[in-house]
Amino acid sequence: MAIKDYLRERFFPHLWCPGCGHGTVLNGLLGAIEKLGLSKNEIVMVSGIGCSSRITGYVDFHTLHTIHGRALAFATGVKMARPELNLIVPMGDGDALAIGGNHFIHAARRNIDITAIVMNNRIYGMTGGQYSPLSGENVSATTAPYLTIDPGFDVVELAKAAGATFVARTTTYHIQQMKDIIRQAILHEGFSVVEILSQCPTYFGRKNKAGDAVDMIQHFKKNTTSIGSKAKQENPDLLERGIFVQKERPEYCSEYDKVVQKAMKGR
Amino acid sequence: MSKNIKFVQGNEACAEAALYAGLDFYAGYPITPSSEITETLAYRLPQIGGKFIQMEDEIASLCAIIGASLTGCKVMTATSGPGFSLMQEALGYAIMAEIPCVIVNVQRGGPSTGLPTHGSQGDVNQARWGTHGDHAIIALTASNHQDVFAITVEAFNLAEIYRTPVILLLDEVVAHMRERFVVPQTGEIELVERLKTTVKQDVDYHPYLPREDGRLPMSDFGGVHRFNVTGLFHDMWGFPSSDPAVVHDLLRHLVDKLENRTHQLARYKEYYIDDAEQLLVSYGSAARSAHHTVEDRRSRGERLGLLELQTLWPFPKEIVREKCSHVKSVVVVEQNMGQIMQAVKLAVDEPDKVFLANRIDGSFIAPSDIMNILRVIQGKGV
Repeated sequence: MAIKDYLRERFFPHLWCPGCGHGTVLNGLLGAIEKLGLSKNEIVMVSGIGCSSRITGYVDFHTLHTIHGRALAFATGVKMARPELNLIVPMGDGDALAIGGNHFIHAARRNIDITAIVMNNRIYGMTGGQYSPLSGENVSATTAPYLTIDPGFDVVELAKAAGATFVARTTTYHIQQMKDIIRQAILHEGFSVVEILSQCPTYFGRKNKAGDAVDMIQHFKKNTTSIGSKAKQENPDLLERGIFVQKERPEYCSEYDKVVQKAMKGR
Repeated sequence: MSKNIKFVQGNEACAEAALYAGLDFYAGYPITPSSEITETLAYRLPQIGGKFIQMEDEIASLCAIIGASLTGCKVMTATSGPGFSLMQEALGYAIMAEIPCVIVNVQRGGPSTGLPTHGSQGDVNQARWGTHGDHAIIALTASNHQDVFAITVEAFNLAEIYRTPVILLLDEVVAHMRERFVVPQTGEIELVERLKTTVKQDVDYHPYLPREDGRLPMSDFGGVHRFNVTGLFHDMWGFPSSDPAVVHDLLRHLVDKLENRTHQLARYKEYYIDDAEQLLVSYGSAARSAHHTVEDRRSRGERLGLLELQTLWPFPKEIVREKCSHVKSVVVVEQNMGQIMQAVKLAVDEPDKVFLANRIDGSFIAPSDIMNILRVIQGKGV
């Protein structure tokens, strides 16, 4: 199936700004799904609120566009009820880790088989450029006219600590790596977290004099490196890309099947 | 066949009824005084192959059951005041996206943490208006365990028929009191199953295009029709729209599908109304004291009647107006500062004849509290 067969072209044009990285994420995601050869009927995509969350409208799967921060809670209900379905949950940085932080860590703790994709552009785009828990310090935002003083979360470290069994990071520059990581994340049985650095030239770029979309993508290229690379040893400030965690741990729905068996025996 | 008699808490009766109604999926979070519903279903649901999950908070619980409902499950969550407050945004989502689900709120004293272990009926207006924006809602209640059972099953049925969240407003007194009730035989209470679309695979299915009778046949997530569900105003495809005509029609549909059926949705019980000179209007646990008062005064020859409401929203305005039309005075008996009394005043022809007998101190309202008000109205002093 061609990538365009996964799209609901009826609902185009999409609402993302020129230069936004989210379209690249959509492309990478569909590329991964195409490679896996999944049927459209076996995919449920659940999102919350924000620019990133509009991705659900454009794909021809079972799609659930929910409320701010709660996508993983809705997805947990769908997955528990129908464990055979593939659950993919794209979220923005504020959606996933500010208002949705509680659901994020608990989904990771349960190790429920959901693929969470954090489209991290370090800003609230839809509401007009406010800082997020992933903005980090010294960032200019409409709610940080004197620059941010809030340290940011490290999504990878947070997901690892909370118990996610697949944790990876990539960027919109590294599209082939993105496709490969998303493919593996979907295949992984358990809670998978993929952080994708994505550019918001409209707000983050403008407020922080980071240049246009091309400059911002170039920044991802220059400031990231493969996990454990020589470049990282030479320049510890580089951000690592790749798969940080990929391990086996009992998956939540499978464990609940055992609860059902135990309860049925006890009758 | 021998009767299946139980002597349990109201919360357990509610949980039993949910299973009778065909509950497949339950998500909840511990909170007094509703926890026994969650505990009972954690034990019972997996025995029948159903799914139970304890979520990280109340809004997550409601979100999870909405997700499960979309796959075709009958779903429920239960909570109490603070948890119900936390659920309000997801409640609005279920209204907007028209997702069948049952939300039990075992009321306790509020606002805030309030009185966790004491009864109240203070969430009546929150059930109606708690979530933002214009909308309509179904809220049901009951005063004894047999009725809790029946009304819980009814809540599931109405959720399916109208594709809407249904709120079951129990209260701490009914929830924690132990009382005898008979579990109805299979088939004794009619069960409404989900209306599924007959649209075939590869044919366009419009999830939000009502049939002629106003009902919206559903297609399960994971099935052969793929569609979008959103909390934004949306067109018949479920795709977001801010077209004024689409917005207007959807909001009218959401409100009219319930408000225009107020009469069909009205559930109530009546005692000695025909020849009554004075009428008590009550609901939930307060109706127990009201009923006791009516029986007591009748035995002394006083013409007192009782209208016990089981549907609180949409408010059965016409029925209340008619039942109150011939009496000299109406006393609304409730455990709040007059939330249903206000609705009764709006419904009747002479609002000045409507009075309130209430308690707001966490104590259960007693027949003597009601008698004190009746004596004042009758000019017999305090």
